[in-house]
Amino acid sequence: MYNKKVMDHFMNPRNVGEIEDADGIGEAGNPHGDHMKVFLKIRDDRVEDVKFKTFGCAAAIASSSMATEMIKGKTLKEAWDLTNEAVAEALEGLPPGKLECSVVSREAIHRAINEYRKKQGLEALPEQA
Amino acid sequence: MVEKRFVYMDHAATTFTKPEVVEAMLPFLEEHFGNPSSLYSIGREGKEAVETAREQLAKALGANPEEIYFTSGGTESDNWAIKGTAFSRRRNGKHIITTPIEHHAVLYPCEYLETQGFDVTYLPVDRYGLVDPAEVEAALREDTILISVMYANNEIGTIEPISEIGEIAREHEIPFHTDAVQVIGKLPLDMKTQDKNVDMLSLSAHKFYGPKGIGALYLREGTEIDNYMHGGGQERKKRAGTENVAGIVGLGKAIELAAANVDNHNENMRKMRDRLLAGLLEIPSCRLNGHPEKRLPDNLNLSFEYIEGESLLLMLDGMGICCSTGSACSSGSLDPSHVLRAIELPPEIAQGTLRLTLGDQNSEEDIDYVLEVLPEIVEKLRAISPFYKPENICEK
Ligand SMILES: Cc1ncc(COP(=O)(O)O)c(C=O)c1O
Ligand code: FES
Repeated sequence: MYNKKVMDHFMNPRNVGEIEDADGIGEAGNPHGDHMKVFLKIRDDRVEDVKFKTFGCAAAIASSSMATEMIKGKTLKEAWDLTNEAVAEALEGLPPGKLECSVVSREAIHRAINEYRKKQGLEALPEQA
Repeated sequence: MVEKRFVYMDHAATTFTKPEVVEAMLPFLEEHFGNPSSLYSIGREGKEAVETAREQLAKALGANPEEIYFTSGGTESDNWAIKGTAFSRRRNGKHIITTPIEHHAVLYPCEYLETQGFDVTYLPVDRYGLVDPAEVEAALREDTILISVMYANNEIGTIEPISEIGEIAREHEIPFHTDAVQVIGKLPLDMKTQDKNVDMLSLSAHKFYGPKGIGALYLREGTEIDNYMHGGGQERKKRAGTENVAGIVGLGKAIELAAANVDNHNENMRKMRDRLLAGLLEIPSCRLNGHPEKRLPDNLNLSFEYIEGESLLLMLDGMGICCSTGSACSSGSLDPSHVLRAIELPPEIAQGTLRLTLGDQNSEEDIDYVLEVLPEIVEKLRAISPFYKPENICEK
């Protein structure tokens, strides 16, 4: 049911872990009880490093892995603008009903960025639904 | 790392077809292709083969051959028993008693009957999934026309008190159906003694090393039931449709093999299962679901906290191990399986549920392999889990 790319990111997820002195931490979950926690290290308005931990199905873990790969080294603006559709596309597609699982990564990333912004004395950006 | 091997531990989903069974079936796909209703010799051969299989099944169940009706499998047998009884006895009442842990092949016919004006009581079960016979008695009404309680549960392996429930049913003269799909070849059945109060019993060949798409409904002599399939006069005018001769022959051979070996098979399964269980319970925050003793000898249902079942299943698949899960993610819905909900397993624990069901092809080497691989995968997934903190782990 999952393609090779998804299986690769699920079996060998990139960027797993925590960052002790993270500049921004964000968490998001869905009604399943699926959950993602993102840690960002930020320098010069860029995502210098990112780590995650995810509880969920293969699609959730693969999306977390892909989403963190896609924002690494990017500006905060670029990271904010990452859509779950783009993550799913980079994974060469998710099975029907599993697109939802990639939404959690985007929300967690938004919350991590906002946490960083708050620490910087900036206002939080509005999270879109 | 150990060398990867293929380990099939999903025998409750289906079993492989034994070579002896395939061999017995082949002539009925090849030279003896005749229609059993035809009078010429290749038809008669088919007819005789069907009757031989009926005798083989009757013998294994301690039933009369006239009480056996071949169907297309467990699902049809359950549908027939439930809807056929409800419609035939609707003049006597509209109340049906069943449990919330039945297979969907029982639950959905019941839900359908609710749309047709019938009333269904879903008995409570305890945290092991056991039905209390006193609850059956308490649920009885003037207009109760059917009781259906499964012999053993397909997910958590719990064996229900069928004799006690049967006695209550008999005493109140209410037809009693049981879905025995999971117990054939694992528990000895006898419709004349131990199971004398069961009126209808469903079974399916692909759960005991026979082919898929063939099963039977045992109907005790004198049981009132409407037809489910209408058409030709096959199965003594009770189940229309040209017989699946090869399938029926396969079922007959499979039940003969299973019945001859029940004790030995169980002994083997139980030994391997218990060793597997003991080894897996060493994993911290791992628990057994279902009854610790009143359970099928080949069933293990475990929850691993902090991880999700579908991920676990796929990682195991990557290592050649086939099993199943009741997690919400795997069901494509927001909820874990109806059985795990009925035993009130907290959702976050139900999410990490894995079912391993052993069978004839499993060996002690398979157990060693799973004991080696599964704990590593649990650890790997826990390392990814945001919920997992080593200090939260409850040590047993
Ligand atoms: C308890 C139970 N009842 C009914 C069925 C359905 O049987 P079948 O697959 O032969 O339709 C199954 C198997 O999935 C089962 O485990
Ligand atoms: S995380 Fe539950 S279905 Fe994907």
